[in-house]
Amino acid sequence: MDITGRKLFVKALQEEGVDTIFAYPGGTVTDLFDELYKTDAIDLVLPRHEQGLIHEAEGYAKSTGKVGVCLVTSGPGATNIVTGLADAHYDNVPLVCFTGQVPRALIGNDAFQEVDIVGITRSITKYSVTVHDRAQLGKIIKMAFHIARTGKPGPVLIDLPKDIQTASGSADYPDKVEIRGYKINEGVHVGQLKKAYKLLKSAKKPLILAGGGIHIAGAYEELKTFAEKIHVPVVTTVMGKGAIASNHELYIGNCGMHGRYSANKAVSECDVLFSIGTRFNDRITGDLNEFAPKAKIVHIDIDTASISRNVVVDIPIVADAKIALDKLNEWAEAKNTSAWQKQIEEWEQENPLEMRRDKGLSPQMIMEEINRQYPTGIYVTDVGQHQMWASQYLQLTQPRQFLTSGGLGTMGFGLPAAIGAKIANRDREVVCISGDGGLQMNIQELATAVVQSADVTVCVLNNYYLGMVRQMQQLFYGKRYSATCLRRRLTCPPDCKGPNDKCPKYVPDFVKLVESYGGFGIRVETAEELEAAFAEAKQHKGVPRLIECMISTDELVLPMVKGGNPMSEMILK
Amino acid sequence: MAEMKSRWIALYVENQVGVLAKVSGLFSGKSYNLQSLTVGETEDKTISRMTIGVKSDDITFEQIKKQLNRMVEVIKVIDLTDVPLHMKEILFAKISKVSEEQITQLFQVAQVFGVEVVDINQDSVILESHLTEKRNDDLIALLKTKFKLISVVRGGPVAIEAISTGNR
Repeated sequence: MDITGRKLFVKALQEEGVDTIFAYPGGTVTDLFDELYKTDAIDLVLPRHEQGLIHEAEGYAKSTGKVGVCLVTSGPGATNIVTGLADAHYDNVPLVCFTGQVPRALIGNDAFQEVDIVGITRSITKYSVTVHDRAQLGKIIKMAFHIARTGKPGPVLIDLPKDIQTASGSADYPDKVEIRGYKINEGVHVGQLKKAYKLLKSAKKPLILAGGGIHIAGAYEELKTFAEKIHVPVVTTVMGKGAIASNHELYIGNCGMHGRYSANKAVSECDVLFSIGTRFNDRITGDLNEFAPKAKIVHIDIDTASISRNVVVDIPIVADAKIALDKLNEWAEAKNTSAWQKQIEEWEQENPLEMRRDKGLSPQMIMEEINRQYPTGIYVTDVGQHQMWASQYLQLTQPRQFLTSGGLGTMGFGLPAAIGAKIANRDREVVCISGDGGLQMNIQELATAVVQSADVTVCVLNNYYLGMVRQMQQLFYGKRYSATCLRRRLTCPPDCKGPNDKCPKYVPDFVKLVESYGGFGIRVETAEELEAAFAEAKQHKGVPRLIECMISTDELVLPMVKGGNPMSEMILK
Repeated sequence: MAEMKSRWIALYVENQVGVLAKVSGLFSGKSYNLQSLTVGETEDKTISRMTIGVKSDDITFEQIKKQLNRMVEVIKVIDLTDVPLHMKEILFAKISKVSEEQITQLFQVAQVFGVEVVDINQDSVILESHLTEKRNDDLIALLKTKFKLISVVRGGPVAIEAISTGNR
């Protein structure tokens, strides 16, 4: 018996095991919403803006590894998810996003709310397609889920013209799909891997560099076993943070632009850099000519295109991190690296990662408090200084514990992603660490948190500034704070160097703001108030809890390497 | 600076809407130097074959092939750079406002280059060429030295791997 496209849509979601859909209605998707209304197998989350929607789906997907599913209308609904698609594409988040489209007969006519969303998103999705034929609908949805979740995961967009949704066609939803142009690397070249292992074994100063690929592959145990078996220290990228527990004795810290001194020294001095699941982003390498200058480099990555793109490597290996590490663990034997580890420890003593504790509330104290309060919670950051402090100071011990927008660096990611993570993990605590700039980019999602009873704890580090840019202005632009003060008014002097008592106190008052949504808010001005504020926030169940931490405008993220400079040139003070 | 060199790729792709845009978009989006791109259906109507000419250094070229390979719509990438090929490009040249004497000259040019005169009237001639891209360049250069009003349309090179070696 034939069924409508809209019925097949819901059937397909159910067969794919979708339990939650992040969806915002509009003219071209009313049929799909009507169909979703009739089923109780899928929870529908209504956000307050489509950008919030897609970051919520990302939070859901990043925290679970499952595919996040989005449904938005045509035109502005579709263009509002563009940033999120680019974010998911960059950080390899599995998403399937359905966009409504005007009926086929109107495509190209500049119809109301028509955009060529497939054209717009071609370069920021893993695959994007318009369904032109009802007969293809089932196959295309099947393909979308398969492509989104396999290989190097990513977002897939399906553009659904309104008349396809109501057209009749086969009720069949395929079990599997063959895509002749889609090749997943499921094995590993054992000879090449052996060569890599021998190289590592022969090294005097070996170092493992773990990236986000460890999280995606779920290769936590495998990495830990490997590092422990051969006694090789581990550094991570920002995306790789948590690949091995932060308190593990072999873990040094993050490397890169805001990496730990000892970690960057280790990269600069190592003789074999054994890297797994990283794309050698410029934030990690700095000046490419000076990156790991003494090292032979092994690069394991599932994406052939990531290999030898930025850094030309000595031994490239195309493989899933878990598969490669499993194989390595068959061979791994203990190495004596004590002299090298001692050297790294000396670097750490030379310039430990530590913020001053003498002048009131510091970002480090806030991170430590979050760790104390929620040791196994999921930490979600926005983008900016607070994100780097979080990546430096938070201690991670759980899989998929740290969600951040690493590649695209999307301000506004934090709050909605935290809500999505909470919806996917009702039994866990979720803490959003945000800034006063980034939080305002999707602040409307506080409403979503309230109606979803998503009791996330939002910890805002408020320094009145777009701090990361302000930091660059302070260090590299002669303290000309161009458009980074968030309280700046028309009456302010053009050369203002910092806040004074004429500034409006709060723009906005975050505490009142969260209260107006029905959540709980509390402000922390001193280090002494911090613990009590968290304790009080915890009392408020079922609603978002916002803790606004007033920090000094002068706090910098250090160490810092200026963009394009060698990683050995760290600014430490 | 790494050596920039002209290279060729044959690409089997799904014969679907948007695939050409996706492939050409890769070149513009990543600042790859695309020199020519031709596309047409193969013996299998669901598959198209593209012939792509690029100018790049070795590392970029490897990256181009990898990027093409990871596209869902790309079925196969073949590096034609150092492969014996049959490679031809179709070209039409319309030469207008020419004298009778110049028409005679054009016939001579056609004979020497091995191209056809496919249309003619009192003062205009259309040549049709199926030469290599290089020979077509030479032909245009020559026509430009002798004639004023020339209008050229070129199809871009298409190539197929040779079955006996040495054909190029």
